[in-house]
Amino acid sequence: MGIEGIGARVARKEDKRFITGLGRYVDDMVVPGMKHAVFVRSPHAHAAIKGIDATAAKAMPGVIDVLTGPELKADGIGNLICGWMIHSKDGSPMKMGAWSPLAVDRVRYVGEAVAIVVAETRNQARDAAEAVEVSYEEMPAVTDAARALDAGAPQLHPEAEGNLIYDWEIGEAAAVDEALAKAAHVTRLKLVNNRLVPNAMEPRAALGHYDMAEDHFTLWTTSQNPHVARLVMSAFYNVAPENKLRVIAPDVGGGFGSKIYIYPEEIVCLWASKRTGVPVKWTADRTESFMCDAHGRDHHTEVALGFDADNRMVALKVDTIANFGAYMSLFSSAVPTYLYATLLSGQYVIPKIHCNVRAVYTNTAPVDAYRGAGRPEATYVLERTVETAARELGISPAELRRRNFIREFPYQTPVIMNYDAGDYEASLDAAMRAADYDGFPARREEAKKRGKLRGIGMSCYIEACGIAPSQAVGSLGAGVGLWESAEVRVNAAGTIEVLTGSHSHGQGHETTFAQVVASRFGVPLDQVSIVHGDTDKVQMGMGTYGSRSGAVGASAIVKALDKVEAKAKKIAAHLLEADEGDIVIENGEAKVAGTDKSLPWAQVALAAYTAHNLPEGMEPGLKETSFYDPTNFTFPAGCYIAEVEVDPETGHTDIVQFVAADDFGNIINPLIVEGQVHGGLAQGIGQALLEGCHYDPASGQLVTASYMDYTMPRAGDLPSFKVSTTNTPCPGNPLGVKGCGEAGAIGSPPAIINAITDAIGTNALDMPATPQKVWAAMK
Amino acid sequence: MHQTTYHRASSISEAVKMLKEAEDGKFVAGGQTLIPTMKQRLAAPSDLIDLRHIGELKGIEVAGNTVKIGAGTTHAEVARDAALAKACPALCHLAAHIGDPHVRHMGTLGGSIANNDPAADYPAAVLALAATVHTNKREIAADDFFVDLFETALEDDEIVTAISFAVPEKAGYAKFPNPASRYALTGVFVAKHADGVRAAVTGAGENGVFRAEAIEKALVGAFEASALDGTTVPADGLMSDIHASAEYRANLIVVMAKRAVQAANGG
Repeated sequence: MGIEGIGARVARKEDKRFITGLGRYVDDMVVPGMKHAVFVRSPHAHAAIKGIDATAAKAMPGVIDVLTGPELKADGIGNLICGWMIHSKDGSPMKMGAWSPLAVDRVRYVGEAVAIVVAETRNQARDAAEAVEVSYEEMPAVTDAARALDAGAPQLHPEAEGNLIYDWEIGEAAAVDEALAKAAHVTRLKLVNNRLVPNAMEPRAALGHYDMAEDHFTLWTTSQNPHVARLVMSAFYNVAPENKLRVIAPDVGGGFGSKIYIYPEEIVCLWASKRTGVPVKWTADRTESFMCDAHGRDHHTEVALGFDADNRMVALKVDTIANFGAYMSLFSSAVPTYLYATLLSGQYVIPKIHCNVRAVYTNTAPVDAYRGAGRPEATYVLERTVETAARELGISPAELRRRNFIREFPYQTPVIMNYDAGDYEASLDAAMRAADYDGFPARREEAKKRGKLRGIGMSCYIEACGIAPSQAVGSLGAGVGLWESAEVRVNAAGTIEVLTGSHSHGQGHETTFAQVVASRFGVPLDQVSIVHGDTDKVQMGMGTYGSRSGAVGASAIVKALDKVEAKAKKIAAHLLEADEGDIVIENGEAKVAGTDKSLPWAQVALAAYTAHNLPEGMEPGLKETSFYDPTNFTFPAGCYIAEVEVDPETGHTDIVQFVAADDFGNIINPLIVEGQVHGGLAQGIGQALLEGCHYDPASGQLVTASYMDYTMPRAGDLPSFKVSTTNTPCPGNPLGVKGCGEAGAIGSPPAIINAITDAIGTNALDMPATPQKVWAAMK
Repeated sequence: MHQTTYHRASSISEAVKMLKEAEDGKFVAGGQTLIPTMKQRLAAPSDLIDLRHIGELKGIEVAGNTVKIGAGTTHAEVARDAALAKACPALCHLAAHIGDPHVRHMGTLGGSIANNDPAADYPAAVLALAATVHTNKREIAADDFFVDLFETALEDDEIVTAISFAVPEKAGYAKFPNPASRYALTGVFVAKHADGVRAAVTGAGENGVFRAEAIEKALVGAFEASALDGTTVPADGLMSDIHASAEYRANLIVVMAKRAVQAANGG
């Protein structure tokens, strides 16, 4: 471990280009002959399309063509799919309604794409889009998932009777009911997990280019997983076979899950490029991002948690209705099932757990994974319930948690997951110390004198990251494997390129992955380059989401490094006339242990490529590939403590302290980890206090379609975080890392709400805890 | 944004002439409302006549007991004016808390009151200070100026040139910002004049800025926050939206009025 190796606080290599404005995003791309696209979108939440007249639009200045759904269908472009099969408890497969990239005869949410206009300039395309006459026959709409299940509710898809996609369960209902009936105490809550809009800084964009000479497509797109995009577009959407489609995801300005999925726009831009004969670029404006990016969360849940007379948990029952929006997005089905219910054991020994989930269509934007994806929802359910139980039982929230912590590992929960390692008491203790938990009563008294209501709240979260063992997820319905790939290319002069299937859209892979490589051979960081995001350069990979790049992506790099190191040692041993087993590679040299014989790393590399003097039978070159499939999820965990002051006159909440104690296993770069925690906390606090996507229930119009109405967290809304880490290395991967990208967003919402409810003395409070809601709750 | 033609006027008369010659022209000052509206294609004037370079619209004068502020004065200029800070610090405070630095350096007093956004800050001050609105045609009392949401007594070719007001004995402004937009969810400007108290509320009324009689009555006897204890204002006529119900706004009016009085009394 050197100064730039694993564990070093290295400033991000990529930041120089980002902060000097030299990043290259999809919208920066220019292709000769490129034209601009604007989509005609539905102004209605639910309507039949009776006709589209583009005659006037096509005659407008600069317009190249206007294309619609029927033309797309005629060319054989397929419907969008959800790639994870979930079966209802009656054994029937999930009910997937047809989602055409351009609506054909019906629109089901405000903003759904109906036609594409291609013109010389973006403004000309916008003008023409306004001139496309779509004849709609409005239909009644439903936006609330619980109401969508009511008899007589507007029906979205003929495939899904009663708007029900699936009615899924895990665990044994009867055994849980029996245990709850016998429990000494049962805490019950009804909770809403508010719908969120991802709001990546960079809006989605696509540039489709059909090369007639080669009969080949290139797509520049804002993707977290370009290979998956290529696979899905080839295998399901019939855009082009994989060998005729190159997908490039260059610099991408934030994803948070919303750029995992394949959306209508990129499919349509590719198809339109072939139809029009010109490269077609589309960049979403902010309103389109609000309307059309896959939203997150949106659960209604009833929960019951039973305790015995010693305050030990005996059973947990959870009943959730999950709003899927108007169509099933790519991974939507997995989010409220295998990424949610499987985490409901939290950090606790709960012998019996049952969870029922009904997935429901509504006239809203599709909902899919958003930073945390299912795990924030699970943590919110459990940690609000545990804190409420402590209040009802008259026991301190910390003591109730301590009494129920899992302490022996591996631990098999009743809901599939097998926790490999953890020390929950360590993070609880660290957080309580950092928060000066014992000093809280005095601080509350002092605040009272200033007319403020002070409260403290805790959240002990666990998440499953390092997604995921392919065979395991395959058995649960996943349509893909979730391994990762890496190729390590040592160049002839010793510099190194790593081709990774992971994709960086803010994570800092160009730095952290390089640190892993630099550590191995002791070469300077600037001699290591990380290549990602281009299907023509990089071998098949699965991309970045679910805090998987460290645990899975970097593990693949380690496996490839193992192979490179083994071959380099053979070469060095041959050149140094030593035994292979005696060769050590460190500090940029291959040495014979216990002697002064050594070769510079660059010379070993050169020898591999000159091939003048290699061991008998060895192939030239020094380049190795690995496909790493994890053996288990990883289980980051931690404890967050929030302290708030509420203004009783206005209901305004001020976060006066926020402590995070996380266990991420081994850490490659503490600076980047802290940045990830800060960002996650900002998003979690945003959900808890500020952000709430709101559709008008009568019209289905998106009310929060801009920053005038949708509250993003600002610096002034956030305290200076106190973050620290405890460390139980992950036994399941070679680096012992667990993942840190989502923890902040997972653990913080219940801590904030627990603190506010502590301050105001009522548990009846839903997110976002806006001043109005807190004021109303106090009344 | 639709195509538009930009004109820079160097005098009021030139601006009026430019408007007359335009097919569907609009005056623009800081553009902090109009430009975003045009970007959203909700407004599409054929011509924009820029008032920002007209010297006679600029400047702050404090003469004896009278304050006069040119309509083209930016919020940032109002916020940091030393003479105004002595005469009516509440107005500097108000200007310093409009929007963000970008808005404060572009937006103007005249633009704000001519637009009469129901959640803008300045209308509350103009009404509570019993200011006079000067235009290129006449003088209009504040009580007659603000008509309805986004509607004023201004005629199409009438330009606000300044506001003037008598320095109040005391004044204070407190607002509770909309969490998302940071416009006033409810803002109250109170001013104690020699002949009585005026309290104007922005952000809350269905018809825009208005005077809160219950607040004014309660403060006539004693200009103290405690004089408002037990005062309530009716929720009737107040706006209700996803950020605040009418009842919540009614509560905020009293709370912000108390805080405005505290500020007026020196904190």
